[in-house]
Formats: sequence, C-alpha cells, structure tokens
Amino acid sequence: MQATQEAASADVMTNNEFLSFTLGKEEYGIDILKVQEIRGYDAVTVLANTPEFIKGVINLRGIIVPIVDMRIKFNLGNVTYDELTVVIILNVANRVVGMVVDGVSDVISLTSEQIKPAPEFGAGLDTQYILGLGTLDDRMIILADIERLMSSSDMALVEVLAA
Amino acid sequence: MTVDMSQFYQVFFEEVAEHLGAMESLLLGMDVNSPSIDDLNAIFRAAHSIKGGAGTFGFNDMTSVTHVLETLLDKLRKEELELRNEMIDVFLQAGDVLRTQMEAHQNGGDVDESIVTDVCQKLDELSGSKPAHGKPQLTAQDVAPVDIVPASPGVCYKIEFTPDEGIELDNLLAELGNMGQLEIIENGAGKVPPLWNLTLTTAVTEAELKDTFAFFVQPEKLHIQLFTDATSDDASYGFFGDMDSPKVEDDSSYGFFTDVAAPPAEEDSSYGFFTEIETPQVETTPVSKPSPSKSPVSAAAEVKTGRRETDKAGATSQADASTIRVNTDKVDLLINLVGELVITQAMLAQTAGDLDPVLHEHLLNGMGQLERNTRDLQESIMSIRMMPIGFVFSRFPRVVRDLASKLNKKIELKTVGEGTELDKGLIEKLSDPLTHLVRNSIDHGIEAPDVREAAGKDPKGTITLRAFHQGSNIIIEVKDNGAGLNRVKILSKAKERGLPVNDSMTDQEVWQLIFAPGFSTADVVTDVSGRGVGMDVVKRNIHEMGGQVEISSETGFGSTISIRLPLTLAILDGMSISVGNQIFIIPLTFISESLQPASTEIKTVSGQGTVVQVRGAYLPLVALHKVFRISTDIIEPERGILVLLEADGKKVALFVDELVGQHQVVLKSLEANYRKVPYVSGATIMGDGRVAMILDVAALVRINQ
Amino acid sequence: MAKTILAVDDSTSIRQMVAFTLKGAGYDVVEAVDGQDGLDKAKAKSINLILTDQNMPKMDGLTLIKNLRGLPQYKSTPILMLTTEAGDDMKAKGKAAGATGWLVKPFDPQKLLDVVKKVIG
Repeated sequence: MQATQEAASADVMTNNEFLSFTLGKEEYGIDILKVQEIRGYDAVTVLANTPEFIKGVINLRGIIVPIVDMRIKFNLGNVTYDELTVVIILNVANRVVGMVVDGVSDVISLTSEQIKPAPEFGAGLDTQYILGLGTLDDRMIILADIERLMSSSDMALVEVLAA
Repeated sequence: MTVDMSQFYQVFFEEVAEHLGAMESLLLGMDVNSPSIDDLNAIFRAAHSIKGGAGTFGFNDMTSVTHVLETLLDKLRKEELELRNEMIDVFLQAGDVLRTQMEAHQNGGDVDESIVTDVCQKLDELSGSKPAHGKPQLTAQDVAPVDIVPASPGVCYKIEFTPDEGIELDNLLAELGNMGQLEIIENGAGKVPPLWNLTLTTAVTEAELKDTFAFFVQPEKLHIQLFTDATSDDASYGFFGDMDSPKVEDDSSYGFFTDVAAPPAEEDSSYGFFTEIETPQVETTPVSKPSPSKSPVSAAAEVKTGRRETDKAGATSQADASTIRVNTDKVDLLINLVGELVITQAMLAQTAGDLDPVLHEHLLNGMGQLERNTRDLQESIMSIRMMPIGFVFSRFPRVVRDLASKLNKKIELKTVGEGTELDKGLIEKLSDPLTHLVRNSIDHGIEAPDVREAAGKDPKGTITLRAFHQGSNIIIEVKDNGAGLNRVKILSKAKERGLPVNDSMTDQEVWQLIFAPGFSTADVVTDVSGRGVGMDVVKRNIHEMGGQVEISSETGFGSTISIRLPLTLAILDGMSISVGNQIFIIPLTFISESLQPASTEIKTVSGQGTVVQVRGAYLPLVALHKVFRISTDIIEPERGILVLLEADGKKVALFVDELVGQHQVVLKSLEANYRKVPYVSGATIMGDGRVAMILDVAALVRINQ
Repeated sequence: MAKTILAVDDSTSIRQMVAFTLKGAGYDVVEAVDGQDGLDKAKAKSINLILTDQNMPKMDGLTLIKNLRGLPQYKSTPILMLTTEAGDDMKAKGKAAGATGWLVKPFDPQKLLDVVKKVIG
C-alpha cells in the first residue's frame, strides 16, 4: 500500500499541474492532463437501473458520454442543476467520462514538497484513490487518482470482469 | 542503409491472400480432362508471385512450399505432365498450407510441419522428382528456371539484318526455325530500312548461319552476334553491355561484337557483368563446336509467340491501379462525421421549418439543397464499406467439394447474386454462420446418390446460394433440393429433449425448433455436423448482426434457409416511441405490427403476468415503463400503444405511450465510454442532438423467462 | 537533380519495398503495376533507369524492354530485369530484348541499392 502510494507520488511529480474543484467544503485536485474540457450541464438521457450518481449519457459531438455526479456519489454539496453546474470531461483509461462537481477553482502547480501522503482517515473518498494531500497557502487540496477511481467497480462505469 | 522490411508485410499478406483466393477458384473451376492453359498459367503466376514475395521478405517456409508447387505447375502448363484430379487436391492442400503459414507469420501461431512435409512430398512425387530430404530447402540459386525451352544443344545467336528489297523471307525463317529455337524480336515492320532482330539457339556454326542468310541479305547488312554468359551461373545480377559506353549499341550497325568474358572482380559471387567490347569481325568461335545440322529442336517461332500471348491473357485479376487500400478506421470516422452532419442538417431543417416560407425563400431553397447533398454524401460514404457478398460465397465451392467427396455425395453448387453488396463488417461475420448452413445442407439435406435415384431425383443434388436486396435489407438464401426437414423426426426429438411441443404446431413453429440449443436430428453424429452445436449458434450470430433467420422446407423437395440482414451495421431503420418524457428506438425488423388494444383484450394470468389477445393468440405484455422504471401517466395498456415484437421465434407485445415516427438512425456505441445496459443494444443521436437508446428486442422477448 | 527510376512489378509489396529503398537513397521513383503501365509511364516521364519484373499480367518484362528499346528516348537507358529466373536462357532473352542487366529475386534492399548505384551512380 505504502509502496504504491510512493510510486503514484513519483508519477505526480512529473506532472505537477492540477485542476482543482470543490465538492461541498472539500477541495480536490486532479491531473490536468486527464481533463479534456469543462462544460456546462446539459440535459442527459437517463439510463434505467443504474446507481443514482450515474445521471445518464450525453451527446458530446457525436460520441456518447456517461455523466456521473460526484456530489451524489460522495454525498457532498448541494445537488442542483442549473446554468452554474459544471461538468469536467475527463479522458481516463481510453474512455471519455463527464463528472459533475460543485465548481471548478483553478489550475494549480504543486512542488513535491507541497504534497504530503494522505493519512488513513475516513473521508468521502477512499484513501486508495488519494494520491496525497497538497498544500497551497492555507488551502488543503485532496489529490485524487481520477483514473483509478473512474475505472473502479465503485463507479460502476466499466464492465466488471467476472473473476 | 537498413530498411525495415516488416512495414511491407501487411501488403504482402494481403497479396498472398488474393493470390491464394484466385488460385483456389481457378483450381475449383478447372476441367481436369481439358485444363485451360490460360488458367494453369494464371495459377502458376499466382504461386510464382507468392514465391517471389516470400523470398524477398524472408518467409522461407512459404518459399519452399511455393517452389515445389511451382515446379509441378510448370510441368503442367508446359504439358509435360497431364493434369489429374489428385493434383488438384494436392494443390488445394498446398494453398491451405500456404495460408496457414501466412497466418502464422501474420498473427503468430504454429504450423503443423508434418502437414507441410506431407504436401511437399506429394507435390514432389506428382512432378516426378524425388525429394532429397523431407522438406525441400531452397536458395536463391536453385530457383527453378521458368519459361526455359527444352535444353537445346548449341549456342544462342543474336541476329540483326536488313533484307534485300523485295525478298520473301518465309523460306529463310522456316529454315532458321528448323535449325533450332528461333525468336523474332523485331520483324522489320515500321522501320526504313526494315531492320530485323532475331535470336536463334542452335547447334549450327556461325559460318553455316551466314550461308543461310546469303541468298536473302547482303553480308554487310547482316550482324550475327554470339552470346555466351561470361559470368558464373550463380550470379544474382549482371549487366549486358559496356556500362561506360552504352552508345556502343548505336554503332552496332557496323561490325560485329563478340562477348568477351570479363566478369568484374566482385567479391560477391552472386552477381556479375556482361561486357561487350567492340572487336573486328574475325574469328567468332562458339564455345563448343557443335556438330553441324544436328539440330532437331522443334518449336516454330510462331507457336512460341502464340503461347506467350495467351500467357499474358491468362493474367489473374491483379490489384487494380485505380483502387487504394484504406484503413477501415478512417472510413468509420467518415461515417461518424457524416452521421453528425445529418443530425446538424436535421436540426437546421427543424429550425428553418418555423420560418415564413415567403420571407425566407432563398434560405429554404438552400436548406432543401443541403438536405439532398447531405443524403447523397451519406449514401456515398456508406457505400465505401460495402463489399460484394461474392467474397463470402467464394469459399463455398471448396467446402462443397471437400465435404461432398468425404460423404460420397454428388453435389453441385450454384451461386446467384454474388455482386450484391453489404457492409464489410457483416461480410466478415457472415462467413461462419453460412458455412454452418452449407455444411448442414450437404450433411443432412442432400441425400446419397442412390437414395436420390430411388426417389426419382437427379443423383446429383444442388445447393444454391443466393443473395439479393429487398428494401434496406439483404436476403441470403441457402437452398438445397434434398430431403427437406422431417417434421415427425424433429417433433419426436424435441419431445425427447423435453421441449414444449405438441402435434398441432405449425410447420414454421416446428422448423424453429432446430434452432433450440443442443438440438440435432442427425441419426448418426458425424464429424461434419450434427455435433449438437450449430443452428442455435447460427441464429445467435445472425441476431447479433441485427438479422433474422427463416426456414421453409418441403419434405422430399428440400429446404431453404433465409438470412435477412440490414445492409449496414452503422445505420438502422427504426421506429421511435415515447414513454414518459423519454424516446426509444425499436429496430423496424423486429416489429410485426402496432395496435391499440381494447381493455377486454387484456387479461392477467394467475395474478402475475399480463397477456394480450391478438387474433386468437395470447401474447405476453411487457410494459416498457416498468422495464426502465420511467414515470408516465399512461399505465393502462388501452390508453397507449402495443408494439408487437418478434425475435428468436418468440413474440411479445411491448406497451409504450405512443409511436413518434420512423427514421434511419446512426448506431452509436454505448460501451465505448460506458458499459452494456440491460435491454439496450446501443444508442443514437436524435435530430435535436439528444441521445436515445435503441432497444434490445432479443432481450425484451425473453424478459419473462 | 535527383535521378528518376521506374519500378515495374505487379507485386505491390515488392514494388513498395523497391520504391521505399530507392527513395530513401534520394532517387525519384515512378511505380508501375505491369508492363503496359510501365510503358505508359516511361512515355509520360523522363526516366534514368528502369527496373522491371519479368512475370507480369498484361505485358511481361521482356516485352516491355523490347517496346522501350523501340522508343528513341530509351535506346540506351539502362534497364535491369528483376527476375527469379536466372537461367542462361532467360539471360539470353533479356539480353536479346535489350536489357542492360539483371538482378535475381529475392534480393535485399542493400543489394538493390548497390546495383542501382553501379548503373546510375
């Protein structure tokens, strides 16, 4: 566990630019290179029999992209949909996925000294999806391993192989 | 410089596949009793081309096989050997071996060397040469000389002359022909003065040759040149003539040239040079003094050239210079883009429809034009993916030939409509199911010759493969004039298997039973078919392609199995329906009819399922809003619409709010970025840009089980 | 100015290999799929060296060479036959047709380049 986190941190150091966004009172950061674009919330086509946080699919210039609402998934923030609702379109594991968050803050650069390993604690996000905690001035940014999270069975976005 | 040869492999593999395909169809069409020399030449050329490429790209195993193959073919096309049926069998086997070898190079995998050795041995035996060892080894040097004339004693002269005016040359040519192997390179036509150019391979001396010419040509207008290869025979390249003074040729009208042995001192013995040096016209001595007038070599020049002409005419269809190979990804991208364009155009048309037609006449005219252009563009782009079904049909002559002889049956295969086009993706997927159907027809359909004769039928059975378009579908039929399906046998087998059957079932329902998993009526389980896996897999494959399978059969007269497929995988004719505020698409092929039921026709069965009575039959009712948990005001079937769906021989009535319209939709993958959704086979984008799900009818009809 | 070589072969893979090799060495390459195509292309362009396969549909290599030699502009242009048939008979025919030399198939790119350089530098 420790070893994988260190390996992941090493990976973070090579790309130390993060897009930060908020979910409720928490601030998260994800690798900027995984972000394809940021857009508003469009009407989705609902998918039957899916977990509540999977809102449905949208047409993104001809491709069908699923939309997940992180606020519902992690039980954070106010779940409303209006013209201010933001969707981050991610490009992870050769897939395109849209993720609804409370708001996008900015792009931040962190040096490796500013990134500390995450303690074992019960946050909304399981520690296995946290690369570390970033500190910028008085802000604490939870650096999420978005690729791992989105490909996990927790998100129910990909077909889980029968083991 | 180093060149990465692997970049040419793919093209080579495609070429090999083409050559093997051409070879096979020529072999199968060959009349053993009077084989066409053109065809033999074409087959030879195919083998030869494969050998050349395989050698160049280092696939030596393929070179070895094509070498022995070519040796035998060469003897056949020169009529040194007579074609026999067993040769065709071995040629076909050799083709299979080559294909396996190629696939092993292409995709990895093993080749059974014992089969390779076996085929090579058979080829060797048939061509009358004894294999030195099990597997022939081949080097560039022992490549069989092709097109070589029967070894003639003597030497080769190059003769240039301008005949005396008004002289008939027929006698001269006849005489030269009698001396040996004569080839006319230029016959003086179109030149003033007429210049003739001949080669003659003969045992006659140069002096005798000159005497022959004396009556026809002035000595100063005759140039005889002897050539002997100065380089060693294993040279892999060489030059004729002096490199530094190619002009020598221009002066050749004066004096004689003698080839002088002047091989360049190359450390690489695999090539050499010819150097022509101008020498005075003195002793031109043939290397060996042949005995005069003993030149029984036949072959008149005319016959030889005639053969060469047919040689050319027998060319196999080659990659046409006017076609290009394009990665299918690029075509698919185009299809996607044009799909987008169609949607954008539809959106614009919708918006423009609200405008005042008088005020916006120009704009609306333009919109009309755009719609036509878009539709034409879409059709053209879709047609890029289209391929003639002949690509699939072409494998069956072989299947029928092999199986029929194995089962001692006489079967003729007819194909109709090979030019019918359908999507490339479908073509590839059709191959296996069709093979299965054809094998079934051979094994179970067509009777043994004696049985047929006893029934008053032609002992030779016929299997017909037929393809044709019907609307936006393509129908492919596998038809045999065999025994037909046996209703009694199928029913008893079904009872044995515990399937729910009764004797009052219609024929069509009985025939559908053969698609049940594990169903086989073969009395004896053969290794051809009847292993119990089969028809259910065929049906599933066809369904996955969005198609349907139908059977018609008449006892004693044969069966026809029809496959109905959409023309393309990317576009589908659909009916859009609404439930609550959502739109879904149902593929039209599964819809038999739509109706508005009366409340009296809706019954519940033992408090659980609901059924609807349609013309005396009860169909299970499936409410789409329940399947997808959609809230809607319309919960009583009589207020909505029932769409009767049929798939896998099962029928259900799908209860929806209303029918919206019928349109062609572009299929989009849901699984590219998401995963499979139950009861949904894919998605599409509607005219307003929103996503709509396409229903998985095959799953819906099974929903109650 | 780069010298132009006409490569005539009905096998796409071999033709591509030849063209790729020669282009890599700085030559201009014109490709033709059979003898007839080769003749047409030779007429349309000025070619410094012709490399031709023998066994081809429509028009074979020997016929191509004979035809080329009948054209004033190709009286003395070097022509090499790329052939699997290296017997004396084929050489005799090649020479009689007017070929400058031959190169036995299969050959590797380096050998091809060596030979081409000997002919046109």
